[in-house]
Amino acid sequence: MSIIMTLRIAVKALNRNKLRTVLTMLGMIIGVGAVIAMVALGRGAQSTIEEQVKSAGTNMININAGNFSMGGVRQGQGMSTRLMPEDAEAIRDVQGVQYVAAGSNSRGQIIAGNQNWNTRIEGTDVDFPYIRNWHPKSGSFFTPHDVRAAQKVAVLGSIVADTLYGPDVDPTGEIIRIRNQPFRVIGVMATRGQSATGQDQDDVVFTPYTTVMKKLEGRQHLNSITVSAATADTAPVAEAIRETLRIQHKLTSGDPDDFMVRTLEDMANLRTETTRTMTTLLAAIAGVSLLVGGIGIMNIMLVSVTERTREIGLRLAIGARSKDVLLQFLVEAIVISLFGGLLGIALGFGLSEGMERMLEWPTSIPTNAIGMAFGFAAATGVFFGFYPARKAAQLDPIEALRFE
Amino acid sequence: MPVISVRSLVKTYTVGEVIVRALRGVDMDVEAGEFVSVTGPSGSGKSTLMHIFGCLDRPTSGQYFLDGKDVSRMSKDELAAVRNKKIGFVFQGFNLLSRTTALDNVELPLLYNGGGKLKAAERHRRAMAALGAVNLGDRAHHYPNQLSGGQQQRVAIARSLINEPSIILADEPTGNLDTRTSIEVLGIFQRLNKERGITIVLITHEHDIAEYGTRLIRFRDGRIQVDSPITRRRDAEEELAALPPADDVDDANIPADPAPSDHGGVA
Repeated sequence: MSIIMTLRIAVKALNRNKLRTVLTMLGMIIGVGAVIAMVALGRGAQSTIEEQVKSAGTNMININAGNFSMGGVRQGQGMSTRLMPEDAEAIRDVQGVQYVAAGSNSRGQIIAGNQNWNTRIEGTDVDFPYIRNWHPKSGSFFTPHDVRAAQKVAVLGSIVADTLYGPDVDPTGEIIRIRNQPFRVIGVMATRGQSATGQDQDDVVFTPYTTVMKKLEGRQHLNSITVSAATADTAPVAEAIRETLRIQHKLTSGDPDDFMVRTLEDMANLRTETTRTMTTLLAAIAGVSLLVGGIGIMNIMLVSVTERTREIGLRLAIGARSKDVLLQFLVEAIVISLFGGLLGIALGFGLSEGMERMLEWPTSIPTNAIGMAFGFAAATGVFFGFYPARKAAQLDPIEALRFE
Repeated sequence: MPVISVRSLVKTYTVGEVIVRALRGVDMDVEAGEFVSVTGPSGSGKSTLMHIFGCLDRPTSGQYFLDGKDVSRMSKDELAAVRNKKIGFVFQGFNLLSRTTALDNVELPLLYNGGGKLKAAERHRRAMAALGAVNLGDRAHHYPNQLSGGQQQRVAIARSLINEPSIILADEPTGNLDTRTSIEVLGIFQRLNKERGITIVLITHEHDIAEYGTRLIRFRDGRIQVDSPITRRRDAEEELAALPPADDVDDANIPADPAPSDHGGVA
């Protein structure tokens, strides 16, 4: 008997008990719908992180001053004073490095007219806008000359500009006071939003790192060096930087690094990992409902086999082989689960759309979700449909015909 | 060559710890075109014989030749093909699929007929022809619960005819029918037997029903007790004509409640 014929027989049989078929399908619909919605939610969160990472600059490598020990007491990250401007120059020569910006940070009160604001002061280099792919929306970033001369020039983050001057005012050319020293505003950065770590990136003032070191802090060392690799393959570049710095710092093979080199990937990985765990958990919970749906199918198919014992007996008597009966019931189960899966996919799309609109949770349905859901549905149908179908196929025609 | 030929047929099976010897050595031939009535009390072995004749069961020992082929050692799938093509079954309980039209019920054996090679239109045509043969062409699209008992049994007979079998095995086909309807059904069997030469094996425990056949076989304790031609054969057509015109006997059998129910179906 051809599979099309089997399909036709199965569909006819399912049609004879529509309400039951629909109710059985409901288990599949909800199961598949839940799995898709949960995966979409997880993927949405993941792609949000990926976007943040991309906006931070995919090729970015961060070098932070590391820990150092003083008489056996470890001082923690950023306490080392051994990261020097010369290190930044050395890194510039490392293979695969495109941009380098030395960083020296501070915090302080900023005063403009009768307004003031406490914010992060990020001393950096002229390459910074290229590394972060983040440029001024008005005015310009500082020049190599500004850095060499430790000029008191500042580029404001948009929040700082808005707070001090109000929106829609271009403060370029104005004078602000940082820790009571006058700085000339030469530009305002474009608005960036939150970083991958949840920090507001626009609440900042950029000045040359030399200015922070010499005019504000009076320190010799750097806090960090930000590097952009020429390609997205940052790991080997990071390793080369590490080796360069070890030579630069005259570390012998037994000494631990007194700095930390991290690619953006490393930084993003932690959060992506967390999100992935959440996604897996959510999908697993949704998967339970798929399992329950499958058990529902098995349950109904078993009832159906018992109820239709005489039908089976008759089919066997008029020439159906055991195989035909097995296939018929298996196909019935698969039709229920596949059709339920199809509707479940629609439900999943609806749920994702709803979450995005009503709850403003980002969702994204992976392209392979449809295939995956369909595969799951079919597998559920086969797995839970096989036992009842085998039970039907193994019936003795004589007994089955006598069944009341 | 006989259509059915059995030699030293023995069937033993166990129910719990009791060994039932249903058939204890049966030798019998049925020639083409015969109308054999098999009777006997309950437990005499007539049902077991019917199951073996129908290839639903295999004998414990002995041989069964159907159309000259030894089917007693055939595999299950081969037996299924034999049931589909050579044998038509008519049961006491009609065994029609509920919520399925008369036409679809009649078509059912065609679905198992070698990979559905027939086109839908051809299946349709053959099913209509079979329904026409039992005078139910006008009820093709009725559901079993919209048909009287006699009509349901006629649909079942049409179903048994669809693959043009050489034998029809009828197991108490009139057991659920009233007298007039019984005679109608037996009339159809007599007509098919006479006009198409289809061999009919009718199982009944009612002596007067058995008299519509051409040959009587009585079973007792798993053996043939009587095997004789029926001399005073009853003719259903004549008897029907003689009966008072009971105009709507069929319609009277239709359930008063026209709402669909599960009566008269197997599923």
